[in-house]
Amino acid sequence: MRALIVDDSRAMRRIVGRILEGVGFEVLEAGDGQEALGVLEGLDGPPELACVDWNMPVMDGFTFITEVRKRSEWRSITLMMVTTESEMDQIVRALAAGAHEYLIKPFTGEAMLEKLDLLGLLPTSTGV
Amino acid sequence: MTISPQAFTFVRELVRAESAIVLETGKEYLVESRLVPLARAAGHPDVDAYVADLSKRRTPAAMKQVVEALTTNETSWFRDSDPFTALRQNVFPALAKTRSNRTLRIWAGACSSGQEPYSIIMTALDTPELAGWKIELVATDLSEEMLTRSRKGEYSQLEVNRGLPATTLVRHFERSGLNWRINQSIRDRVEFRSLNLTRPFPPMGRFDIVFLRNVLIYFDLPTKRDVLKRVRQVMAPDGHLFLGAAEMTMGVDDAWERVPAGRSSVYRIREAITVRGSTCVH
Repeated sequence: MRALIVDDSRAMRRIVGRILEGVGFEVLEAGDGQEALGVLEGLDGPPELACVDWNMPVMDGFTFITEVRKRSEWRSITLMMVTTESEMDQIVRALAAGAHEYLIKPFTGEAMLEKLDLLGLLPTSTGV
Repeated sequence: MTISPQAFTFVRELVRAESAIVLETGKEYLVESRLVPLARAAGHPDVDAYVADLSKRRTPAAMKQVVEALTTNETSWFRDSDPFTALRQNVFPALAKTRSNRTLRIWAGACSSGQEPYSIIMTALDTPELAGWKIELVATDLSEEMLTRSRKGEYSQLEVNRGLPATTLVRHFERSGLNWRINQSIRDRVEFRSLNLTRPFPPMGRFDIVFLRNVLIYFDLPTKRDVLKRVRQVMAPDGHLFLGAAEMTMGVDDAWERVPAGRSSVYRIREAITVRGSTCVH
């Protein structure tokens, strides 16, 4: 399985990447939404998962998920917002725009694995 | 003794680098209390010596243990997920067919900070077969502190990250400053009471479902046996008992039988025992 991590913080991409690699994902990275769209365009098929920060330069995560949801060939991508944005209306907006899950920073490795479990993206879904 | 500033700084930087969680100044006690068992296991007299050694060696396995010791304190919502799926898909629908008074009574026997009983209520609300039913949920714990927390129903950002689907958060919670509070309509459905499992139970009536997960592991064999026997006495003959994944009744109290429920298991009272039980009562 492949996962695209979209975050302008290299440290955060590393933390998320390590968690995902630990459960068998091949990790791809992008520093903002625009770059992430380019990564998706260049792939032979969509990744199973995208973990998306909200606040990023050039194109933010909300715009990115909106763009992804416009494209039928990317319909199978599970989208998870991973962000410090924690207001109720932001979570509601992200879900309405097509995000499947929402993980608020900071988070523990277990919290991320539990979200993947909810999304059916863990190899053994009771292994948390 | 308390942890030295140098040791605290090392641990704080390690945890921040590995988990993005920031241990604020003032959390020294937390670091100390969580690392004491690791320090002892590694043969060090105190946490400072352990951390000093760790900062020299930087063994990846030991570093990971430290991070885990400091980040795995929160109880999850829908903990282990499978029992709650079994509740919604198997146990609730089965009981819904057999209860003409449209009432279910549930006991959560070690409710800790409240995530489990509230998860049970949220699962019941998601079960179409129980629409319009009365759910009586009694949640008990030994700790008054935990009961107070549970009744308040307020959880930190870190706690609501744990196993709670975002759609459920949006539907059943509201913001309370930096925290999240479970809606009053859910809080009002749970009755929290103080109870010591190792002592005779107070009058509570009879339950259709009992959750007693991850608590028997702390008891010795005779206590486990005694608790399981007394649980049988407060359960409906066709009731369902949920234990933790690492717990079982086999060899402890064989009056129970393990029955598969979805990808999980529940424990039911063996039929012969039910008959004998009621004979004893009369």
